[in-house]
Amino acid sequence: MKALIHTSFERTRLRRAIWDRAMVYILSLCALGILCILFLIIFHLFIKGVTSLNWDFFTHLPKPVGEKGGGMANAIAGTFTLLGLAVCVGVPIGLGAGVYLSEYADLKFAQTVRFIADVMNGIPSIVYGIFAYIVCVLPMKGFSALSGGFALGIMMIPMISRTSEQFVRMVPGQLREAALALGVPKWRVTVDIVVPAALAGITTGIMVALARVAGETAPLLFTAFGNHYWQHSLTQPIAALPLQVFSYAISPFDDWHRQAWAGAIVLILMVLLINGWAQFYVMSRGRWSAGK
Amino acid sequence: MSRQDTSDIVFRRILAVFPISILILVAGIFFQLVSSSQLSLHKFGIGFLFSRVWDPVAEQFGALPFIFGTCVTSLVALLLAVPIGVGAAIYLAEYAPPKVSKAISILVDLLAAIPSVIYGLWGIFVLVPCMRNNIQPFLGKYLGFLPFFQGPNYGVGFLAASIILAIIIVPFIISVSREVILAVPSVYKESAYALGTTRWEAIFDIVLSYGRVGILGAVILALGRAIGETMAVTMIIGNNVVISPSLFSPGYTLASVLANEFAEAATNMYLSALIEIGLVLFLVSIIVNILARVLIWSVTKGPGNVVK
Repeated sequence: MKALIHTSFERTRLRRAIWDRAMVYILSLCALGILCILFLIIFHLFIKGVTSLNWDFFTHLPKPVGEKGGGMANAIAGTFTLLGLAVCVGVPIGLGAGVYLSEYADLKFAQTVRFIADVMNGIPSIVYGIFAYIVCVLPMKGFSALSGGFALGIMMIPMISRTSEQFVRMVPGQLREAALALGVPKWRVTVDIVVPAALAGITTGIMVALARVAGETAPLLFTAFGNHYWQHSLTQPIAALPLQVFSYAISPFDDWHRQAWAGAIVLILMVLLINGWAQFYVMSRGRWSAGK
Repeated sequence: MSRQDTSDIVFRRILAVFPISILILVAGIFFQLVSSSQLSLHKFGIGFLFSRVWDPVAEQFGALPFIFGTCVTSLVALLLAVPIGVGAAIYLAEYAPPKVSKAISILVDLLAAIPSVIYGLWGIFVLVPCMRNNIQPFLGKYLGFLPFFQGPNYGVGFLAASIILAIIIVPFIISVSREVILAVPSVYKESAYALGTTRWEAIFDIVLSYGRVGILGAVILALGRAIGETMAVTMIIGNNVVISPSLFSPGYTLASVLANEFAEAATNMYLSALIEIGLVLFLVSIIVNILARVLIWSVTKGPGNVVK
């Protein structure tokens, strides 16, 4: 009887040990599988796009169907224009809200706004496109760069508000107290001491938000709309890199498909460069962001 | 002293405009969506959500095929992404050496940073041919007795869209679940070890059951992403207004019908019906996100920790 118990215990133990060992492999396979997909995507991007990536791509307008060559110069410029407009909308409101929440708001209000901002982050980007269409495109009676920039800008607000609040909060209290003790009014302490001290983190947050909206296509579909030529006015439809990649990808022409892959490389490099720059910036300059 | 006080008060009032404008913005989006979809709201009422007819020429609009498409693609995507994502998160939080874990986390963030239009591009030219030539014939051959894997094989369709969605949401599942698993106090795990459990038993029975609410939050957050994901899905779902049990069938989702038809909506009624679809998308994503945030916050103790 005792031997029986002993062997069945041994057997369970063995089974548990095998299961334990097997899970290590299963779990690491999960991680490996995801990395494989990432490498596959990057691999295809470079294989298919690099051949169409040349100087013309950055300096020329798109060619009509059937003509070889051409580039996306106007779309690249358009994306930068849209990002510039988005910054004008997103940064003042996001930063202002973040500073207020950190320095002035009472707990309840701060939590409410934080909650709303998080929820706002989860609203599908195409809904922002519809909103911009209703409040900008319809009254202005036409697609325009302004409405596209507005759509991207409001998407940036919750992200910037959350990150800048986080970084402003990290500035040590002694700094504020020292300035207040010298008789400086609180608003000057905020503007001259606290915000500059958190500037590296705030800038990082802004750049991360920029990188995220730079690749957005959905909110631009019926606001910026796209354009095959140079745009001369902010009230005209404007080209954007993600839009151009989209419309070329779903077109039936091989030439355009190649251009779409090249555009995708440029787009992803842009997103990664902005992101990487942001990380580097916070590492080299962020004094009170080390804890992040 | 009093001059300083007034300047402080003025500054505070001016600054307060910004957070309040965030609240007004969300309310404004809701209000604008409702008021611009009045035509369709009045004509179709609640039946809009249950009608299968989408006929812009006859001005008959119902959102059921799109709701169906969004549900099917999101759920299949979750089915694919959750086991792999949570598995990878456990590996990163509990097994991997710190340096490996850090490196993989950076790569996963990279995956999250890829714009969805690029996933769509990859989907069209790599995934869809692969679906058409390899995966779908294979599924049809061995699982063809199930209604999900029957019908003509185009490559584009619900299944292809679900796979792309799974790839898009997996980074979110990993990073939030990892955060949640790391937030479990290590005392619990150590007590389990002291009772003689294996590593996996400690993780599965103790860590996961402690963090399950937070992981559920991560999954719901990912669901929110999947519901709202537009470009990649639009590019490979096939754009076909249909309700079909087959995952091989081309379909449509709420977000992709907006992407495809919004700029072309010629009549007021058509536009209003599309905006009502936007309203449905807005409300669903708000509900899903509120649920997810509440669950995640209950585990990570407050809103500060998870920004994504």
